Amino acid sequence: MSEWTLFEVFIRSKHGLNHKHVGSVHAADAEMAIENARDLYTRRNEGVSIWVMPSALITATATDEKEPLFDPSEDKVYRHASFYELPDEVGHM
Amino acid sequence: MTKYDDLTEFLLRLGDSALIQAQRLCEWTGRAPALEEELGMMNVGLDLVGQARNWYDYAAERINDGTDADALAFRRDERAFRNLLLVEQPNGDFAVTMTKQFFYDAWQFHVLTLLKNANDEHIAAIATKSLKEVTYHLRRSSQWVERLGDGTDESHQRMVNAIDTVWRFTFELVEQNDTEWSLSEAGHIPALTELPELWHATVSEVFTNATLTVPDAASTFYLSARTGMHSEHLGLLLAEMQFLQRAYPDASW
Repeated sequence: MSEWTLFEVFIRSKHGLNHKHVGSVHAADAEMAIENARDLYTRRNEGVSIWVMPSALITATATDEKEPLFDPSEDKVYRHASFYELPDEVGHM
Repeated sequence: MTKYDDLTEFLLRLGDSALIQAQRLCEWTGRAPALEEELGMMNVGLDLVGQARNWYDYAAERINDGTDADALAFRRDERAFRNLLLVEQPNGDFAVTMTKQFFYDAWQFHVLTLLKNANDEHIAAIATKSLKEVTYHLRRSSQWVERLGDGTDESHQRMVNAIDTVWRFTFELVEQNDTEWSLSEAGHIPALTELPELWHATVSEVFTNATLTVPDAASTFYLSARTGMHSEHLGLLLAEMQFLQRAYPDASW
């Protein structure tokens, strides 16, 4: 068990367009990871497709990079499409 | 001992095997090697309880003396059970559990595939529904057999020991029987003549990938599920499984 690999699990739901991360499972290999994910995360009809990938293969941003990476976008409100006057006929977008 | 008609006996053989296999799987609750594996095994167990219920409902309808699925599961004695000897065997280690599961899954898979085309609509419907679940069960246990057989020296040795432990009960999975002959003669179910060959082919294929050797065909011995002559393990299993309904009949909460 301690030698098993951690896999990240992505599920596409029936009407969903993309796979969404739902959690992780331990497994000895990718086939077992798919089965464990099936048994763990699709018990209640949640999905029609499963992806798994070894967690170790994910490259992630580091917590201490948060400020340089994400703060600069905070004061750039003009990047949001919220300054357009919408004609009434368009209704809700 | 009540002996039911051939079709009912056949339904009990399917239902009892599923229930007893499920009960054995439940024994792993809280003891499985990993949380993921435990959930996986319990899922298979739940599928099998559901299948047992479907076979029992139909059997109860045919027996037609007021019995129901619960009574068939919890109020019958050992000798009345028609489950395969294989599924009542103790779990042993994980390799024994998976070997039993694999032999049983391969049997179920081919039986249900044949029964899907039964003229009896009840049987065809239950088989069709169950087959989806069993296809997954077989895939799961096959992969475990391959993983363990073709794994480490120790896992391989444990598989060899496991096969040695339970192989002798596989004679029941490949025997041809008068009951089933007459059922297919009477048009209830398709002939199960190909079953031994199909089962053997599946086992050979998986064993080859698992670097395991298929033993020579197991020979018949005096125990037989068809007559309720079980090994000593079924009685203990039933004592545990049936305790509540026996001690407090019709208990509810």
